[in-house]
Amino acid sequence: MAYSLEGKTGTWEVVCGLEVHAQVISESKLFSGASATYGGAPNAHVSFVDAGFPGMLPVINRECVAQAVRTGLGLKAQINLVSRFDRKNYFYADLPNGYQISQFEHPIVGTGDVEIELQDGTIKHIGITRLHLEQDAGKSMHDQHASKSVIDLNRAGVALMEIVSEPDIRSPEEAGAYLRKIRQILRYLGTCDGNMEEGSMRADVNVSVRKAGEEFRTRCEIKNVNSVRFVMHAVEAEALRQIEVWESGGEVRQETRLYDPARGETRSMRSKEDAHDYRYFPEPDLLPLVLEEDFVAGLKAKLPELPDEKRRRLCDDYGIPFYDAGVLVADQAMADFYESVAKGRDARLAANWISGDFFAAMNRTGKSIENPPVSGAALGELLDLISDKTINGRIAKDVFEEMVETGAMPAAIVEAKGLRQVTDTSAIDAAVTQVLAANQDKVAEYKSGKDKLFGFFVGQVMKAMAGKGNPALVNEAVKKQLG
Amino acid sequence: MSLDSATVRRIAKLARIRVDDAEVGVLQTELNAILGYVDQLNEVNVDGVAPLSGGAQMAMRLREDIVTDGEQAEKILANAPDRVGQFFAVPKVVE
Amino acid sequence: MSLLNLTIAGAAQALAAKKFSAVELTTAHNNAIAALNPRLNAYITVTPELALEQAKAADARIAAGTAGPLTGIPLAIKDLFCTAGVRTTAASKILEPFVPPYESTVTRQLLEAGTVCLGKANLDEFAMGSSNITSGYGPVENPWKRNGSDAKLVPGGSSGGSAAAVAARLALGATGTDTGGSIRQPASFTGLAGIKPTYGRCSRYGIVAFASSLDQAGPMARTVEDCAILLGAMSGFDTHDSTSAERAVPDFTAALSRGVKGLRIGIPAEYRMDGMSAEIAALWEKGILLLREQGAEIIDISLPHTKYGLAVYYIVAPAEASSNLARYDGVRFGKRVDGEDLIDMYERTRAAGFGAEVKRRIMIGTYVLSHGYYDAYYLKAQKVRNLILRDFNNAFDKVDAILTPTAPSAAFGLGEKMDDPVTMYLNDVFTVPASLAGVPAMSVPAGLSAEGLPLGLQVIGKHFDEETVFAVSAALERAAGFTALPSVRAE
Repeated sequence: MAYSLEGKTGTWEVVCGLEVHAQVISESKLFSGASATYGGAPNAHVSFVDAGFPGMLPVINRECVAQAVRTGLGLKAQINLVSRFDRKNYFYADLPNGYQISQFEHPIVGTGDVEIELQDGTIKHIGITRLHLEQDAGKSMHDQHASKSVIDLNRAGVALMEIVSEPDIRSPEEAGAYLRKIRQILRYLGTCDGNMEEGSMRADVNVSVRKAGEEFRTRCEIKNVNSVRFVMHAVEAEALRQIEVWESGGEVRQETRLYDPARGETRSMRSKEDAHDYRYFPEPDLLPLVLEEDFVAGLKAKLPELPDEKRRRLCDDYGIPFYDAGVLVADQAMADFYESVAKGRDARLAANWISGDFFAAMNRTGKSIENPPVSGAALGELLDLISDKTINGRIAKDVFEEMVETGAMPAAIVEAKGLRQVTDTSAIDAAVTQVLAANQDKVAEYKSGKDKLFGFFVGQVMKAMAGKGNPALVNEAVKKQLG
Repeated sequence: MSLDSATVRRIAKLARIRVDDAEVGVLQTELNAILGYVDQLNEVNVDGVAPLSGGAQMAMRLREDIVTDGEQAEKILANAPDRVGQFFAVPKVVE
Repeated sequence: MSLLNLTIAGAAQALAAKKFSAVELTTAHNNAIAALNPRLNAYITVTPELALEQAKAADARIAAGTAGPLTGIPLAIKDLFCTAGVRTTAASKILEPFVPPYESTVTRQLLEAGTVCLGKANLDEFAMGSSNITSGYGPVENPWKRNGSDAKLVPGGSSGGSAAAVAARLALGATGTDTGGSIRQPASFTGLAGIKPTYGRCSRYGIVAFASSLDQAGPMARTVEDCAILLGAMSGFDTHDSTSAERAVPDFTAALSRGVKGLRIGIPAEYRMDGMSAEIAALWEKGILLLREQGAEIIDISLPHTKYGLAVYYIVAPAEASSNLARYDGVRFGKRVDGEDLIDMYERTRAAGFGAEVKRRIMIGTYVLSHGYYDAYYLKAQKVRNLILRDFNNAFDKVDAILTPTAPSAAFGLGEKMDDPVTMYLNDVFTVPASLAGVPAMSVPAGLSAEGLPLGLQVIGKHFDEETVFAVSAALERAAGFTALPSVRAE
């Protein structure tokens, strides 16, 4: 069931590759000692090097190099021990030197692989072509003044990793899944915070279309898309546009475009026509970047467990379903929370509670896993009370709500409200007898074949017992007394 | 390789230097003289020779990731031909 | 005693012996500059008050007994070095209002050594030239004149102002930069000693960049010894420059008295060029003889790719320059010319701010890097450059130093060699190969032309072996006995 688009002349396939620009988490910038932190007063995080003053020179930041290597390892990619920086020359107001220091022919990371999972459970592999380090540009704003654009260089020189995928993506869904997976890996590694709204992760989307069996046709690049949703929309919108061009007898021109979310379509960028001739040449102010095997091995040894590995391990170690494990590892902190609760307990029960009531409570209260609605210890205690049959599942839900509201521990709530499960068979028998006696007409109906009424009787008994009856014992008793 | 006037104009555009019609001709002559001189490199056999990239005797030194610079917006802006508050200002750009 | 006609070494001794104060020494120079600079135009910006302040501080150090060999020594600083709080123009209109908020590493080290900055010396615009005529602030007059002629001559370039200042007794020494010969050739034209050290020996931080893989700072002075003293203070590893060599700085002055006994001096056949002037050839022979007499072994060597050096240089240097000069766009510093939009503003600013030679080189550089031409030009040139380096490395297996002329002629007249850009470029034919290979090279005044103009000889050494270069140069200097003085000078 591959994704395809119907045109006037037949069925079209979409071919897509993504270039993700991810801002590196570091204290200072790639080639200068100014702060790389987001925010700050305009032009406060700027050194003379970032501002491109005469005589200024770049000096590379070890941590940025390490972050790029960690990311490469997370993408199961080849780490190039020797790489080189090049200048990419063009003029723009937010580019102080009139060139960007990037890596052209010899990037720090080579080919790799990323696994994505689609809605229907299919696993697909998207190839990584390369990852390289480069400088981010400053910010120019065109709406702060009537006749002028203004420039803030705080972002100029912050380290970026450009992660280039192979054109293996074949649908908007795959594009979304790939982008989410990249973001997840970067967050797990701590190399980028993946905040697309803040601009610390951006995607350039390359799209082309073709009929089945054809070679690749001309592609267009949609620049700086800043949300997963927009990327998915942009893929489809651009594919439809290109199909129309081809089908009306025209030819798709290779160009750079922007996605307009308000209109749901892409449009051509005016300022980039002559920008194709970047006149790349090796950066003469820098030497080749040479990494020692030990350096890479050291980083590899300290890598955190990555999402795919963690997911598989949770299945193996805790016996929970693959799907459930996927939900839990979406966020590294969530996965850690799960494990702290599940260790030594019924893992499936823990999984159900976390992905059910606990998630719902997080959404409802607007709290995050870093500041959860109930602590791991508290949730664990609740699960213990269920497992040792102190309370039943129904009561546990009420206790949980109380925990969220008051922050009290579950055992205390159960004692205070007398919510212990009733397992005394004589009390249960008495309640059953009472219910059957009060509903003799229904008993008759049941005896004449209306089996569904069994649930009614159970429900009535539970009601009479204020929900505290042990469900299994109640069932047994009802069955016995009905005969 | 000889430059024609269209190429001279294209190079000037890439280099963001305004040239008027009178200059194009002069530049064309001068640049062609220089290119004519450097064309002698065609004689040299460079099979198997790697390009030199200056200072290649050493591998690059890596700097520690600490903030040592910045917090000097006034110095950064002191030479600005135009500014709006703490920003550099340029003629408005339409994207 | 003339306070102007001293060597740095001599002045330091005199200061220590309290023959005069640093303030007196600087005052004499300030007065000389006021009198003679309007004519010679060796300085773009003069800083007499700053110089006096620095001289006072120097006197305090001398009194406290903490003076070093450069304390109180007044220098001309090539206006390519960014000097904090002092206008720095690179001799370009585009930087006319630029006052750097930072100091270059080399000049910071000189200030820490106690030197006095008399002013910013004139140069070819952005260091592009061999005559100082491309300066946006007017040409520099060479204090030397042809016998019986009043015609103005060029001091060479790009460090023409530095050379003229030292030669005319308007400074005891100067900083220069050398990318293809810009210290050595003007030194030769003005009867001075000047050295381009090994690439990476001095930091490039804070020096307005022309061609990053070639630029090097270096001293210009009246004697080889003075150059050794200055280079010692200018050199050293700098963490702000990734191309700076992490190497200890030897005491260069210790090499001066080594002599050349047993040293092998190479004479490269390819430097004997067609149509080389008889004078230059004779000077070279004289140098060979002088060294042989002092015990050196003279060995014929071959540097086969010498003749391609200029072609390589005039591809690589403009290419790097076209990129280094992209920052001059009127946005953050320097002069801006308004335009209808951003691109128009860039184009008008750069057209008005850059002179003709700079524009030519930016255009050549842009072209040789452009799509479709990169392989044929830039990449090819960098490969031939590697061959030139190999030539030197091979030669240095057989010899310890190489002797050649510095320039193909003596100083020429203002207005000569203007037919086309290439004629001017040919001035660099002997100096460019050492720049491309990154090896240290020094010019020593060795004789006078028939017209009475100074001629220099060049000593080239192995990477980071400035000591041998100084040893050979000092021996040549002693033997050559060059004592002539320019006719235009302060007294």
